[in-house]
Amino acid sequence: MKITVEDVRHVAALARLDLSAAEEENLVAELGAILGYVEALAQLDTEGVPPTAHVFDVGPAFRDDEVRNGPEVDALLENAPDRWQGFFRVPKIIE
Amino acid sequence: MKIDLTSLTLASAADRLRRREISAAELTEACLERIAETEPKLHAFLTVNVDEARRQAAAADERLRHGEAASTLDGIPLALKDVFVTRGVRTTAASRILEGFVPPYDGTAVARLRRAGAVFVGKTNCDEFAMGSSTENSAFGPSHNPWDLERVPGGSSGGSAVAVAASQCLGALGTDTGGSIRLPASFCGIVGLKPTYGRVSRYGIVAYASSLDQVGPFAHDVRDAAILLEAIAGHDPMDSTSAPTPVPRYQSALGGDIGRIRLGVPREYFQEGMQPDVDSCVREAIAALESLGATVETISLPHAAYAIATYYLIATAEASSNLARYDGIRYGRRATSAKSLIDTYRRSREEGFGTEVKRRIMLGTYALSAGYYEAYYGKAQKVRTLIRRDFEQAFERCDLLVAPTAPTTAFRLGEKLGDPLTMYLSDVLTISVNLAGLPGVSIPCGVDANGLPIGLQLIGRPFGEETLLRVAYAYEQSTDWHGRRPGPIPVGEGPAAREAAR
Repeated sequence: MKITVEDVRHVAALARLDLSAAEEENLVAELGAILGYVEALAQLDTEGVPPTAHVFDVGPAFRDDEVRNGPEVDALLENAPDRWQGFFRVPKIIE
Repeated sequence: MKIDLTSLTLASAADRLRRREISAAELTEACLERIAETEPKLHAFLTVNVDEARRQAAAADERLRHGEAASTLDGIPLALKDVFVTRGVRTTAASRILEGFVPPYDGTAVARLRRAGAVFVGKTNCDEFAMGSSTENSAFGPSHNPWDLERVPGGSSGGSAVAVAASQCLGALGTDTGGSIRLPASFCGIVGLKPTYGRVSRYGIVAYASSLDQVGPFAHDVRDAAILLEAIAGHDPMDSTSAPTPVPRYQSALGGDIGRIRLGVPREYFQEGMQPDVDSCVREAIAALESLGATVETISLPHAAYAIATYYLIATAEASSNLARYDGIRYGRRATSAKSLIDTYRRSREEGFGTEVKRRIMLGTYALSAGYYEAYYGKAQKVRTLIRRDFEQAFERCDLLVAPTAPTTAFRLGEKLGDPLTMYLSDVLTISVNLAGLPGVSIPCGVDANGLPIGLQLIGRPFGEETLLRVAYAYEQSTDWHGRRPGPIPVGEGPAAREAAR
């Protein structure tokens, strides 16, 4: 699988990552090599094989629908990079 | 003669605590002293918890004085990999993006140990977000193997393995997604147990790959590992994938005859390129198990060669999704230069994540992206089924599989850092076990020509931890490879101190 710098930029945009030019260049080579390696899976015939998402199916985990309090608002905001009163503050999103 | 308290096993320290021959305060001080002395060379810890450890030890002594020990673990100094969320104690996952993160709650395994009276001496170093096989991917510098300071301890839970091997604490917790407990246990000459997927709650561990991650203990011997597993295992309403299966008394499984055990030796796990003394030590260990009465037969896991490729698609896909939460908004690092919201996400993540984490997010995002999902992620999920079936077939004839934990002993720092694929191959013998959700344990079974430890891996049936531990214990009792400690760690300035100063 040939990976181009455009592929890397496209995936980086999907992953919300800014990458430096050097990082882009390394990733072109590294992702190409890793994808070349995983290409081996294509040799296997998996016709009719069901996918595994979870190894042991424990079924849906129901619990009673009752109110439970997590940590207090202040405790949760303690780690916020930017806060204002009881809120997380973010850069302006509407011009 | 005064005994070195840090040299005790967890079980024997617990006995002495209950008999009041030693106090939790003395034991904790001995560990803290040992940490202070050896950390400049080892760098096993990211945070040492002196004040909290002293408070917990004092509280434990109070209970022990009144004969009200909370459990076997009351007053026992333990270490936690820094992916365990700990109330009021910095939790970084060895990442810059979580550098100042102080969680407001305990994860379930930690809460259970806290209720059991354990003393937490600190949070250990690891590969960033548990992504790696050497602990060199830590944003805060690598840990060093106490058997040879120029070598890696293995990863990703390297700091926890070093802390136990170097007698900085009496036991530790790690997480294992593709070998991250068993590999460092093997490289550091201790016992490392990865339980069945779902046996221990994942609530409150920093997630890497949710269908593979599992919590487990590091210990000096099999009994200590059994004690720790018993304390943390069990169903948890906070983790919907945790199993409702009752938790046995794992300690009661130790001892007794292994004469009816049928051992399978996977042909594919003894390949070319394996270090010759690893091969010979593991074969000797298999012969020792046979002389204890177990029957041994060679079996085949035909899809073993596809495990690494399968893992690196599934694990990275899950990681790319799990790590989307690090957006610089609610906690963690936020880039200050960003002007828009999207820029805030992109720059915070660019600044906060290290090279390997970015590489895996990119690979996982690619494998999940439109046009590639079926060919990569979908295909890997199907091959995962084939790998599971290989084990199911093997367990129709065998009770337990036995193999090396890793093809080599500890490699040199920097040796594999430049080539991600070579590094990934370190996990070639552990990774299938995660894909199949099985329990696995690494126990010491010898040393190579350089005196570096070699690990024997036992793999059990789902929720077969009792058989796993019983056979591991029988082997351990018949040899004297367990309980060996590395030589003295030179005091003073070391490579770890220099790295920390940089």
